[in-house]
Amino acid sequence: MSSLIKKTAAELGELIAAGQTSALEVTREHLDQISKVDGRVHAFLHVDVEGALAAAKAVDARRAAGEKLGPLAGVPIAVKDVVTTKGLPTTAGSKILEGWVPPYDATLVERLKDAGTVILGKTNMDEFAMGSSTEYSAYGPTFNPWDLTRIPGGSGGGSSAALAAYEAPLSIGTDTGGSIRQPGAVTGTVGAKPTYGGTSRYGLIAFSSSLDTPGPCARTVLDAALLHEVIAGHDPRDSTSIPAPVSPVVAAARQGMSGDLTGVKLGLVKEFMSAEGAEPGVVAAFHAAVESLTKLGAEIVEISCPNFVYALPTYYLIAPSECSSNLARFDGVRYGLRVGDNGVNSLEEVMSLTREAGFGPEVKRRIMVGTYALSSGYYDAYYGQAQKVRTLITRDFQAAFEKVDALISPTTPFVAFQLGARTADPSSMYLADLYTIPSNLYGGPAISVPCGLSEGLPVGLQVMAPTLADDRMYRVAAALESTIGTLTPPEL
Amino acid sequence: MTYADIVERYEPVIGLETHVELGTRTKMFCSCPTEFGAEPNTQVCPVCLALPGALPVVNAVAIESTIKIGLALNCSIAEWCRFARKNYFYPDMPKNFQISQYDEPLCFDGYLDVEVDGRTVRIEIERVHMEEDTGKTMHIGGSTGRIQGATESLVDYNRAGIPLIEIVTKPVTGTGAMAPEVAKAYVAELRDVLRGLGVSDVRMEQGSLRCDVNTSLNKPGEEWGTRTETKNVNSLRSVERAVRSEIIRQSGILDDGGKITQETRHFHEDTGQTTSGRSKETATDYRYFPEPDLVPVTPAREWVEEIRAGLPEMPRVRRLRLREAWGLSEHDMQSVLNAGAVDLIEATIVAGASSEGARKWWMGELARRSNETGQELDALGITPQWVAELVSLTDAGKLNDKLARQVVEAGLNGEGTPGEIMAARKLEVVSDTGALLEAIDAAIAANPDVAEKIRGGNQGAAGVLIGAVMKTTGGQADAKTVRGLILEKLK
Amino acid sequence: MTAISREEVAHLARLARLAVTDEELDMFAGQLDVILQSVARVGEVAAEDIPPTSHSVPLTNVFRPDEPRPGLTRAAALAGAPDSAEDRFRVPRILDEEE
Ligand SMILES: [Mg+2]
Ligand SMILES: [Zn+2]
Repeated sequence: MSSLIKKTAAELGELIAAGQTSALEVTREHLDQISKVDGRVHAFLHVDVEGALAAAKAVDARRAAGEKLGPLAGVPIAVKDVVTTKGLPTTAGSKILEGWVPPYDATLVERLKDAGTVILGKTNMDEFAMGSSTEYSAYGPTFNPWDLTRIPGGSGGGSSAALAAYEAPLSIGTDTGGSIRQPGAVTGTVGAKPTYGGTSRYGLIAFSSSLDTPGPCARTVLDAALLHEVIAGHDPRDSTSIPAPVSPVVAAARQGMSGDLTGVKLGLVKEFMSAEGAEPGVVAAFHAAVESLTKLGAEIVEISCPNFVYALPTYYLIAPSECSSNLARFDGVRYGLRVGDNGVNSLEEVMSLTREAGFGPEVKRRIMVGTYALSSGYYDAYYGQAQKVRTLITRDFQAAFEKVDALISPTTPFVAFQLGARTADPSSMYLADLYTIPSNLYGGPAISVPCGLSEGLPVGLQVMAPTLADDRMYRVAAALESTIGTLTPPEL
Repeated sequence: MTYADIVERYEPVIGLETHVELGTRTKMFCSCPTEFGAEPNTQVCPVCLALPGALPVVNAVAIESTIKIGLALNCSIAEWCRFARKNYFYPDMPKNFQISQYDEPLCFDGYLDVEVDGRTVRIEIERVHMEEDTGKTMHIGGSTGRIQGATESLVDYNRAGIPLIEIVTKPVTGTGAMAPEVAKAYVAELRDVLRGLGVSDVRMEQGSLRCDVNTSLNKPGEEWGTRTETKNVNSLRSVERAVRSEIIRQSGILDDGGKITQETRHFHEDTGQTTSGRSKETATDYRYFPEPDLVPVTPAREWVEEIRAGLPEMPRVRRLRLREAWGLSEHDMQSVLNAGAVDLIEATIVAGASSEGARKWWMGELARRSNETGQELDALGITPQWVAELVSLTDAGKLNDKLARQVVEAGLNGEGTPGEIMAARKLEVVSDTGALLEAIDAAIAANPDVAEKIRGGNQGAAGVLIGAVMKTTGGQADAKTVRGLILEKLK
Repeated sequence: MTAISREEVAHLARLARLAVTDEELDMFAGQLDVILQSVARVGEVAAEDIPPTSHSVPLTNVFRPDEPRPGLTRAAALAGAPDSAEDRFRVPRILDEEE
């Protein structure tokens, strides 16, 4: 294996900027790795060889012309297939968008291009980001590089698996209930969900508008912070984008790397620790990590967030409700699949046949749950009540952050499970997001960082911070990383 | 059964929902232009085509225009309101939901006073809210271009996303037989208000103002009846006809002991009748919920007051002011309004004419020509300045009535200003007394018996001699002057 | 909470424009029942006087200036369409009018 693909994005950026290697060389090595391993991992739905090489050459030309390059110029990146890329197929993991080529770039893709990153292609995901295992992709599952019989988490399994398989040093994920952090945890990589409104949703194919948050995936905390800085910041095309400066996440990550957490108060959420279903190995790895954090100088405090136990049902009302509306546009009229247009069927029939054929079972299930929760007569008891409980969960967070700087928990209750283990029972799959969902409901940032192994598989620790204090979680995560180190998956 | 009999036995309750396309430069939630009549699908973008990933952003001017409308309609302006999604599938609505407002409209609880037959009726406004228009669908393969019988349809999304304001009245009761006229007067008044605000071009024929009319009947003293909602009522005349025909239709059913079905009905301009559309029982459950892609709207009170202070005079207030100033009866003012002459007369007065003079020409010769040719008064090619000049020439005695009519005729033919026409056609009152006396002497000589009658005190007989003098002078004498000279001579 | 019937699932599928099969009706009726019963737990929370959260960002009055900007060319707009004719998106016959 070549040395370049094992380097961090920060290192690659420095080497390219210093002319010690070229963007083209770096890109070629990653493309080689993709062709070598992706047949087994299936992290990618689409690899843009020509586009990547062209982008890399452009960066090299800029350097040759004497231009000073940014920290990630020439660094390859993989983008979750739920984000629009002009001229590159974008499917959201669904048959209903098979072959669709967006005529526009998402804001974050524009920013990636402006920063000189090299887009390698689009990564696999659960259809419309609904799932926790990437088994609900219409294009077949992604396999966890740690154990190819296991799931890579979801919905952004492709983005995290690509990192663990050294196919890319950076990737973009989107997190609605944990879809960046949970795959990060089970693939032994880093995944950060920024503050809602801190990264633009323009061009992110909506699942649940009030929860969806694009964010960075990487193998190190510093790399995640570097990518965070590139994609974050106000976007006038997204009305929910926050018009405030991005917190100094890169500086915070560097500060954390020094390994000092003196004066930092971290809260353990009592209701999480007593929740059923967490695997003993996960709990053990987490407690060992808490021990490490204490050694770094952090103070650990137990905190009660009584409404966190309602986060899962609240989420599984809000997200399906919004998705039932967001996915209405996939009707076979303006783009995507059309089924049953035989000259006899009416438009109504064609729409219904198209959606029936184009959506997988999990998507249909959620559309129907959401349709139910919003319908007159049920709204108040379901969607309306969920919004009120969301307020209470937010208040729990706000109260907790009066007492502590950040909250910590395991990222997910279990390590990567076997493919097929949870698809038969949808609600058992939903448990994967038990610890990640509260931050989405609250809107604050949260990051998953590797904290050890259980049965030879990665375990992630989650750091949750107050709204707009994204820097805080980077500091804690980087400190933990400095003492535990990054995890190295087996050779593929 | 006559209409009069029906409204003796039933009390109509009406309600109006009016959709107005705002005249903003761009759409409600994206920066696409809104020009009418552009080539299909040339004013579209990822947002208004509902491409995956695209997000709406609210047009600031649309908010301001809506507040203007709300204030003009005496509404309260919400301190905090949101957009909501109205979910239903339809191909001309790209997202398959409409961004609208639901239980939190921007403007609410207002009223608009309208005049019908000298009576003022207060129409209470329930709400004024913002939403977005749909695309346009062309139906192919049917005989009529309608949806029925078509084999396929073609959709143009240029109109999709144009800001639409929905103005909803509270139920209007107690108008009895006048209900159809009240409905029409309300829409006419609303149109004038919106035009005055400059927020929309309010052209019913282009669909920038569209009406749905709710109608129900009940026996006096009883509960309100089941209402129907008549769609596509797209001219003032149709509003009146639709209400009347629905009153007649519903009374027929009730008289036969039948029940009114709550349903949507369609109005047909050709027959003046309504036909059944979708019944409300099968109506979609719209599953409204707050639009998560947009944040709340909280207009600052200072901004609202600033907008209020900048509102133009309301048409009704202006009408009352002008009626008073011009000294007109209710009836005469109504004629001026019906002729669409208010602005023209006012401008003519501003240009220097007396109000009588201005009104005389606009409501006389010019209105007659407008009626004959079907052209609007302001499309005749005659300006207020032109009329003001004409009035000053007649007031100065340089033109008499007959000559002035000739000048108007020539003006309508585009022969220039009154002064130019007089010069070119040599039209001027003869004021040379010598010439007039000569003509008078000749007339007396030719009609000795008439002259005798006048000398005997019958002044009414002077008309014959005046006529003769006018004839010899080719009409260019001032009749009043001639009469005075004759009476003086035959004293 | 009452169990969700096959008919209710069929109604939801109609509202959502999903031409579900008979087998799916049976499957979804069972699964939706489980899911809805578990999410109904939000009803345990006494939240009558609690204001609902529809947005987690405390933003208001986000507007854009009324200035036209170029959108898509017609070719780009129609490029993804399953079918088009006469510069418009073509759809099969429409059954009934809705508002
Ligand atoms: Mg409406
Ligand atoms: Zn647009």
